Amino acid sequence: MSRGHPDAPTLPDDVLLRVERLTMRFGGLVAVNAVSFDVRRGEITALIGPNGAGKTTVFNCITGFYKPTVGRLTLNRGDQSFLLERLRDHEISRRAGIARTFQNIRLFGGMTVLENLLVAQHAPLMKASGMTVLGVLRFPGFAKAERAAIEKAKGWLERIGLIDRADDPAADLPYGDQRRLEIARAMCTDPVVLCLDEPAAGLNPSESADLNALLRSIRAEDGVAVLLIEHDMSVVMEISDHVVVLDYGRLICDGTPALVREDPKVIAAYLGVDDEEVEQVEREIEERAS
Amino acid sequence: MSARAAGGAAFAEALRDAGVAGLITLGLAAPMLGLVTVTKPEGLKLDPHWPRVAVAVAIVFVGRLILNLTIWKPGRPPKTLVKPKLEARLSKLAKLLAPAAILFAIALPFLPGVERYAVDLGILVLTYVMLGWGLNIVVGLAGLLDLGYVAFYAVGAYSYALLAQHFGLGFWACLPLAGILAAFWGVLLGFPVLRLRGDYLAIVTLAFGEIIRLVLLNWYWVTGGPNGITGIPRPSFFGLEFKAGPDGFAATFGLPFSGLHRIIFLYYLILALALITNYVVIRLRRLPIGRAWEALREDEIACRSLGINTVNTKLTAFALGAMFAGFAGSFFATRQGFISPESFVFMESALILAIVVLGGMGSQFGVAVAALVMIGGFELFREFKDYRLIVFGAVMVLIMVWRPRGLVSTRSPTVFLKEKKAISGSLVQEGQG
Repeated sequence: MSRGHPDAPTLPDDVLLRVERLTMRFGGLVAVNAVSFDVRRGEITALIGPNGAGKTTVFNCITGFYKPTVGRLTLNRGDQSFLLERLRDHEISRRAGIARTFQNIRLFGGMTVLENLLVAQHAPLMKASGMTVLGVLRFPGFAKAERAAIEKAKGWLERIGLIDRADDPAADLPYGDQRRLEIARAMCTDPVVLCLDEPAAGLNPSESADLNALLRSIRAEDGVAVLLIEHDMSVVMEISDHVVVLDYGRLICDGTPALVREDPKVIAAYLGVDDEEVEQVEREIEERAS
Repeated sequence: MSARAAGGAAFAEALRDAGVAGLITLGLAAPMLGLVTVTKPEGLKLDPHWPRVAVAVAIVFVGRLILNLTIWKPGRPPKTLVKPKLEARLSKLAKLLAPAAILFAIALPFLPGVERYAVDLGILVLTYVMLGWGLNIVVGLAGLLDLGYVAFYAVGAYSYALLAQHFGLGFWACLPLAGILAAFWGVLLGFPVLRLRGDYLAIVTLAFGEIIRLVLLNWYWVTGGPNGITGIPRPSFFGLEFKAGPDGFAATFGLPFSGLHRIIFLYYLILALALITNYVVIRLRRLPIGRAWEALREDEIACRSLGINTVNTKLTAFALGAMFAGFAGSFFATRQGFISPESFVFMESALILAIVVLGGMGSQFGVAVAALVMIGGFELFREFKDYRLIVFGAVMVLIMVWRPRGLVSTRSPTVFLKEKKAISGSLVQEGQG
């Protein structure tokens, strides 16, 4: 069994992922500047901010697609802790247990819905196939493992209502179904944190409500923490326990949805006000409130 | 009035199109038909044959004009030969045809009227079928465009030749060694090209193929350079040699000695090797590694997010593809008894790749049919002499126009819950490397 990094800091039990002073530079551009926040166990954390605020960059750092310029990302799996910036991209999913979806859906379009969910279970199946050798020779252990993998996939297909389309190519599904399939695929890797990049983008209100229900069930039934980037405020305010707001690569607010909604800096960021005018806007908001 | 104007415009357009086609024909026909080299006392001279060029241009111009005015209406939709319905029927037919083809292949040497030439041709076709199936792992499944596949074929052939010459090892001992060595070179090529995709990958693999050939050509004291290696031991029937003496194959089994025995043995040897390759590739496709290859072809970034080690996955594809080329290479060496760098030129890589692409990337049956058509057809067209390549080029152009994704373009899923449905080729990615 893989062991974590022994020099990782000890986190409080309820903190699953701690981002500390995360900075990402691309040449002269500072996309993310000293951002720190926590993702807590059993919570849905939303990462919001105007376009270009650096949300997806934070995501790419957490999921290993970028190596952060500066910063420490600690994941606490209870018995072992990992420093994510030291893991290679595929190890982040396999060892640390962080799964993600993409802003522009990245399904394996030419493979069936079921195959998509089996590819996600690559690591355990690979082990069962004896790194391919035993599988080619038709050892019985692999067939059993594959049946179990198919059962798991079936369970997820029933949860997302796609069991009847299991044998259709993923590219044939409607957009909303593809979104849900991508979440199910990520969940098939047995993650502890599920990172969703704009899961509600392009969904109609009823699909959006389905998504909320799915995310709530993932939090409640699977005990998986969710970190999501979202522009759709109805989704963010309704389901998240904790909201982190970025603007121009800096953290400007971190707290409960109610707190964030009232924060003048957040309002200013979303309305697009110059820094000098922030105080003025704050005053106006206070006046209106009274 | 306006209808007449429109008609005039259409005629002008048809005329313009025919004119362009005529000019292209002129450009092509002038050097190819118009100039003929003849040997004269004072040396090689060019004989002009301009009337031939004029006839060719006229045929194309008039023909194109008539077609434009009658059959080809402006804005006609591009036509594909095979409709989805027929496509489904074809893939069902392929399922029935595959076992029939295997039975036919097993029976071939004993069919009436089959002579040495046919068995020899069968060996040649099966060698390419096996190479095509091996390359299918790399190109068809993993989507890595490899233009230097023949290098691994060469590694296999030279491995056997050198091991047999210097260490006196027999064919059966060398076969796995040749495969392992080729796989090793596959990994060696794999490492530097891991970050490359698409065209760049193709260029580096092309260069790799040439490097191997040039090393074989110039490393004189090991490979014999352009002279090649002669006297490579022939395979034995599990220890019994195919010779006329009392301890030969024929005498042991009480048969009259015939040179055909060895040919038939070689035929079954390559048939067995090819079928093993086929079995392994089909099996691999249904294992996690095969699914990871196909997932890699579809979307590499998504693969990484799912915890798939893309480095290892690509390297295994290269290694396994190379291993089968190594097996085929050592078979080639034992069959020929002589190898030289001449046999491992780029043209061979291109031919194997053409077989995979024409067959339909990822389809085992399609690759077999394509190998039969390409290699067998090439032999059949021998009568056409100089026109053979033209006929051949025309056939390839036609297939690429009508079946741009190869003969069998659907993908069959590796696993299913209720019903196995073929997946249309248009949904499947072709791989960017």
